Amino acid sequence: MSALSSKVQEVFAEPACGKNQAKSEKERKKGCTKQLQPGAAAGGCAFDGAKIALQPITDVAHLVHGPIACEGNSWDNRGAKSSGPLLYRTGFTTDINETDVVFGGEKRLFKSVKEIIDKYDPPAIFVYQTCVTALIGDDIEAVCKAATQKFGKPVIPINAPGFVGSKNLGNKLAGEALLDHVIGTAEPEYTTPYDINIIGEYNLAGELWQVKPLLDELGIRVLACISGDARYYDVASSHRARAAMMVCSKAMINITRKMEECYGIPFFEGSFYGIADMSDSLRQIAQLLVRRGAPDELLARTEALIAREEARAWARLEPYKQRLQGKRVLLITGGVKSWSVVAALQEVGIEIVGTSVKKSTKEDKDRIKELMGDDAHMFDDMTPREMYKMLKDAKADIMLSGGRSQFVALKAKMPWLDINQERHHAYAAYDGMVALVEEIDKALFNPIWEQVRKPAPWETDDVGCAVRTNGTMVRIAHLAD
Amino acid sequence: MRMAKVLTSRKACSVNPLKMSQPIGAALAFLGLNKCMPTLHGSQGCTAFGLVLFVRHFREAIPLQTTAMNEVTTIMGGMDNIEQALLNIAKRAQPEIVGIASTGLTETKGDDVDGYLKLIRKKHPELASLPIVYVSTPDYKDAFQDGWAKAVTRIIEELCEAPAEPAPARVNVLAGSHLTPGDIEELREIIEDFGLAPIFLPDLSGSLDGHIPEDFSPTTIGGTTLEEIRAMGGARVTLAIGEQMRSAALALEAKTGVPFELFDRLTGLEANDRFLSVLSQLSGKPVPAKYRRQRSQLVDAMLDGHFSFGRKRIALGAEPDLLWSLSAWLAEMGCEIAAAVTTTQSPLLERMPCAEVLIGDLEDLEQRARGCDLLLTHSHGRQMAERLAIPFVRVGLPLFDRLGASHRHYLGYRGTRDLIFEIGNVFIANAHELEAPVREQDHLLITESHHAQATAAVG
Repeated sequence: MSALSSKVQEVFAEPACGKNQAKSEKERKKGCTKQLQPGAAAGGCAFDGAKIALQPITDVAHLVHGPIACEGNSWDNRGAKSSGPLLYRTGFTTDINETDVVFGGEKRLFKSVKEIIDKYDPPAIFVYQTCVTALIGDDIEAVCKAATQKFGKPVIPINAPGFVGSKNLGNKLAGEALLDHVIGTAEPEYTTPYDINIIGEYNLAGELWQVKPLLDELGIRVLACISGDARYYDVASSHRARAAMMVCSKAMINITRKMEECYGIPFFEGSFYGIADMSDSLRQIAQLLVRRGAPDELLARTEALIAREEARAWARLEPYKQRLQGKRVLLITGGVKSWSVVAALQEVGIEIVGTSVKKSTKEDKDRIKELMGDDAHMFDDMTPREMYKMLKDAKADIMLSGGRSQFVALKAKMPWLDINQERHHAYAAYDGMVALVEEIDKALFNPIWEQVRKPAPWETDDVGCAVRTNGTMVRIAHLAD
Repeated sequence: MRMAKVLTSRKACSVNPLKMSQPIGAALAFLGLNKCMPTLHGSQGCTAFGLVLFVRHFREAIPLQTTAMNEVTTIMGGMDNIEQALLNIAKRAQPEIVGIASTGLTETKGDDVDGYLKLIRKKHPELASLPIVYVSTPDYKDAFQDGWAKAVTRIIEELCEAPAEPAPARVNVLAGSHLTPGDIEELREIIEDFGLAPIFLPDLSGSLDGHIPEDFSPTTIGGTTLEEIRAMGGARVTLAIGEQMRSAALALEAKTGVPFELFDRLTGLEANDRFLSVLSQLSGKPVPAKYRRQRSQLVDAMLDGHFSFGRKRIALGAEPDLLWSLSAWLAEMGCEIAAAVTTTQSPLLERMPCAEVLIGDLEDLEQRARGCDLLLTHSHGRQMAERLAIPFVRVGLPLFDRLGASHRHYLGYRGTRDLIFEIGNVFIANAHELEAPVREQDHLLITESHHAQATAAVG
């Protein structure tokens, strides 16, 4: 078995994953994602997942070894923010050509590493494997090893070529690469009893910065966020943290669990979305730190901060409660957001008419049931046509989803809000919850809806008249809602 | 005219790519066909990246499927995946046509997709009436516009019928990938105003112009219909827009005998004069008054605008056809093309009105763009423009951080006129004014008044 496939098996066998524990030995071997169906698949590949997980490390040069598609079609398209270095937004790729495919791309890769060091001198280079270079047998681990020795700088192989599986698997393989090559390779300048790691938070739209001021106020130091707004050195020295919070459901459970195993860092799973969940997360962070020896007055200070922030947030949400009471949301997202956002929205009286659980774990689903009751409308795999119908038939007032399905809602002339990785608004912590509710309110009550749903004056009768689209005459059956 | 030197970047590492890959260029061409489901034969990531890119550019739902290859199926060969994909697509999306483009992954393995399709057709008579166009587009060769051009050629080879019933008013228009839906709308209007009936291939103005369909559709919601493609053989002539469409025009001529006329650009006064003269000859009609008026407006805009354009230094990064269109026009307006970077080979490159053209990336363009008055490239130029602190006008694809990418238009008299205004306004907004020297007397006055204020504040 190749190193990569044994790594994939290892990730599939993750003992801390509740979903895994419930499986038979045989099922577990098959892996944690459903077999992709040709002609009916959606979503990114393992490489995409690895890149999403690691690119937020801002001072690293992220070099994609493969043909132009993998980087050229996708670079600079994610919303992870940086408080300093911008190198992570530079697109580096070996852009291999036909000759490389025939003779191998290792030399080009090695030269690329040298060029990057000469021109940009980053603290580290991450080299991402892709399908084509994996298929032709380019050994990126060997090239990275040679380059590290030659240039005296960490050159880290991220072995997650697209064709090994889904985005989620890529997240985990990225985590493995950090465990194998980065975490524990440096020591922090100093440590405090209040040092934590936040794992699985990518600082999309700057969400980490909605959380950090609160932690700062409590004297809690984020030793490393993996990987939002991180620096290479933070991640390398993250093994000295006293406690960890795992944010994005199971995406990086392997890092979190193995850091507990190897470095004795206890962790909990939490969310920064929603008032109750945010408070709960702060409490758990404080409790874990106290358990690890921090002075227990931290608990009282945390409670005081929670009380103050909750009161402030509720006061700011008050005016929306009446306006949003009974508004119905269709939630199409995955994993942790399928429940953390549910709780958040319920707090202001919004009704959830459906939530997708395609990427959710069993625990995620249990939480949804807990929140929404037994008649929770969970959709395993809702097709765009079904979403469209649900919106068109006005069974929901707004859809919250990722950018790919936004036009399903907009073409049905229904409000939509982006809650996935390309979003521009930050929804974390108390301020983020208020921002999310504000955005929903803004979308729902925009005056365009009434206008765009009205048929043109000459299309008022039910049968409608002929209109011209694409040079042909078609009949509009019902434009009126 | 002096020939431009065409260079290829010698770096091992491409930094900040200008180029995008062939398969998604092919996919976009298929997106210009009605009720089509473009499908990439590769890993699902290949499709996901293309899909996100197009969604962000067009702000539209994008039908794009995948054969979802994995490590094992790649090594075993992808026939089963193509078969399953076709059956699934036929069942779920009920397209009128499926376009399949290969990727680097399946090309490296060497999948014989033509052979697979023959076997699949034999095995599944239920697919008999579903046209399937396959195009070979490895990611590790060529670029986006090449993939587009190859797909159009393959559509013609597979679907155009010969002989077709002659239709004297019909003209085929082969649209290059640099044409926006807005460009195609403009062209259609011009051609129809001469009493001619154009068939556009591909026709993004039907599918990606941003309109509200009556109902949800898993396939494209407009574009060239199958009947239209089949009828192209009956046209009087083919107008190919963009050098990249030459091979498709030749294929159409070879198959159906329809001769073609190629227009390497439709931006600029003389380019449009030639285009309208050809339309006038074809139709036997004089140029309508509307276009005489538009021409006059363009001439007026050139007169008003030339003050701002003269000697301006331009940095341009785009695929060959767009690069040529804009460079040639800007040079005609008096600008100097100080830096030109492109993605792939084209006979146009050595005709470029500049000393050299580099096949390279945005890092190369950034080095050459220092001190220029204007940067023109796709949205990925935003980081560079900020670093260089030079004005930036977004052109090409992707345009993900501005609205209205579909409806920008760059051709015809009207399009050229509006382009003069758009770019001229950027020059005007960024005009360097001379810094006024401070006069000795004023200086004294200023100091005194400062002094007075300070005293007053203390007092």
